Amino acid sequence: MIVVRISDDALALACGADALAAAFAAAGAAVERVSSWGMHWLEPLVEIGGMGFGPARPGDVAAILAGTSPLAIGPVAAHHFIARQQRLTFARAGKTRPLSLDDYAATGGWAGLERARAMAPEAVIAEVIASGLRGRGGAGFPAGIKWQTVREAPGAEKYLVCNADEGDSATFADRMLMEGDPFHLLEGMSIAGHAVGALEGFIYVRSEYPHAIAKLNAAIALAADRLAPLRIEVRVGAGAYVCGEETSLLNSLEGKRGEVRAKPPLPALEGLFGCPTVVNNVLTLAAVPHILAEGGAAHYAGHGIERSRGTIPVQLAGNIRHGGLFETAFGISLGELVNEIGGGTASGRPVKAVQVGGPLGAYIPPSQFHLPFDYEAFAGQDALIGHGGICVFDDTADMGAMARFAFEFCAAESCGKCTPCRIGAVRGVELIDRIRGGGATQAGRVEALPQMHNARKAGRTRAEELELLEDLCETMQGASLCALGGFTPYPVRSALRHWPEDFSDGI
Amino acid sequence: MSTHDLGMVIAAHSGRKGALLPLLHDIQHAFDCIDPAAEAEVARALNLSRAEVHGVVSFYPDFTPERDPRPVIELCRAEACKARGVEALVAPAEAAAGDRVRLKAVYCLGLCSVGPNARVGDSLHARLDEGSLVALVAAQ
Repeated sequence: MIVVRISDDALALACGADALAAAFAAAGAAVERVSSWGMHWLEPLVEIGGMGFGPARPGDVAAILAGTSPLAIGPVAAHHFIARQQRLTFARAGKTRPLSLDDYAATGGWAGLERARAMAPEAVIAEVIASGLRGRGGAGFPAGIKWQTVREAPGAEKYLVCNADEGDSATFADRMLMEGDPFHLLEGMSIAGHAVGALEGFIYVRSEYPHAIAKLNAAIALAADRLAPLRIEVRVGAGAYVCGEETSLLNSLEGKRGEVRAKPPLPALEGLFGCPTVVNNVLTLAAVPHILAEGGAAHYAGHGIERSRGTIPVQLAGNIRHGGLFETAFGISLGELVNEIGGGTASGRPVKAVQVGGPLGAYIPPSQFHLPFDYEAFAGQDALIGHGGICVFDDTADMGAMARFAFEFCAAESCGKCTPCRIGAVRGVELIDRIRGGGATQAGRVEALPQMHNARKAGRTRAEELELLEDLCETMQGASLCALGGFTPYPVRSALRHWPEDFSDGI
Repeated sequence: MSTHDLGMVIAAHSGRKGALLPLLHDIQHAFDCIDPAAEAEVARALNLSRAEVHGVVSFYPDFTPERDPRPVIELCRAEACKARGVEALVAPAEAAAGDRVRLKAVYCLGLCSVGPNARVGDSLHARLDEGSLVALVAAQ
């Protein structure tokens, strides 16, 4: 019987994979549901004997089975989008059934964990440090150093927390990994648990990812014996973006409002329930099994440039022709990712801007596409890599409106704990509206109050409003408790710097 | 809701570390809301003040104080879907929804390369245009 492989990843399902799988089954084929290769413009992608067809609809089934379909893309693994990648974390993407322990073991699964368990925890940490792995959640802190801090922290009880609250727009790598290769994340967590001495681990997943939650729960039930002594539990978020911030996430796990905590104390010393806690992103933990496999640390460190070692799963999203998951060594240029690999915009219009690193990342114009993917190179341009998402906009985008949205989003998602973020974001929306209207003709409502003795009583020119915006951005950037308020100025300032023409009369 | 049913939901979480969020999820799921009576019951069971429980319930968008019997469509309005033109679909979708269907803005469903995207319960919809979104609204 002919075997047809179709992904059961949420994105493939959203594009109609279930109906397609049913049509193949009805035509007499044996359908295997596998993880996604990450070529999203081709989903739902059909794979028969290594040959791909996509994007396929139920009406295409007969032609595909007859070998006459114009949707044929040739051998999937040799497709230029796949062949150009260096997949270490996503090595199994497209190749295995997500919940098959047999598939997992047959593709090198558990090798890292078995080797790590035979080593002293300190030696495991030394290998993670040697690999150069940095936190993939966005902050880029060296993972091994964090583990060492938790290992050496006083306290009998220690916790391991996986941050799977992937709320940034243009990111989906955590989701793909949890849905496509859940055992891989669990293996990484088990290694981390062994290294730091934690017996209890939590995966905090956002509620917008029901398929990932189901896969993780099923995988934990199947692999509990392998994972022991570490017990892993999935906890589900409740729609708050800010819970992706680690201290807010810890409060949420404790059953509290997801408000940010002041640091210090670092979570590594006083984290969940006051105990030393490792909080790592999904991609950080998922990089670990490869690193702990024989020779893995040196192999991992052999990729990348400068202080950005290893690979990063880049997510190509937004208005892009060939969107999807592209895992590559650090150092690749932004232009290569957007134009050569991504194929430019989906609309066929010129690229106007890309936002790298989610809603808190800077907007970058094509004139800076030479920037290499490297934490420090981006930081030097007042930009950030964040979680590796790239959102492409074509020339119809209104960057003034996007700057306004950055403030609007911050206002909607602020936890309310610190003033620069809670109040500043609201003032920011008002300011941008006034700037785009040409400046205020009279003083603001609060300024006009009688008790505001020192406030200005006259309206502002556009130039004065811009100065005020700059002042607001500086305050938020420097005085917010966490990255939500602290980084919201990045998209705002970059939009204003590169596209000032979008800030006049645009409403 | 009956106190008996609520008591069973609460009992299922007894002794669990940081039980409040999973418990609130179960209550929301079972009763489509978390009303003041449920908050009081949860507070008693977990030895918290009602204010603490209310503070948590009101913090998270997933928890609602009142039942809304209308079907819900969650439409992503975040950057990647904006870049793919979701804003132009909002007015026609709202017109089709009227008061009958609740059209809720969400920020990111993690399908950012195939937007505009929407979610109805656990079913996901990608590559929406005006026609398919309006049809999705009408089908609820």
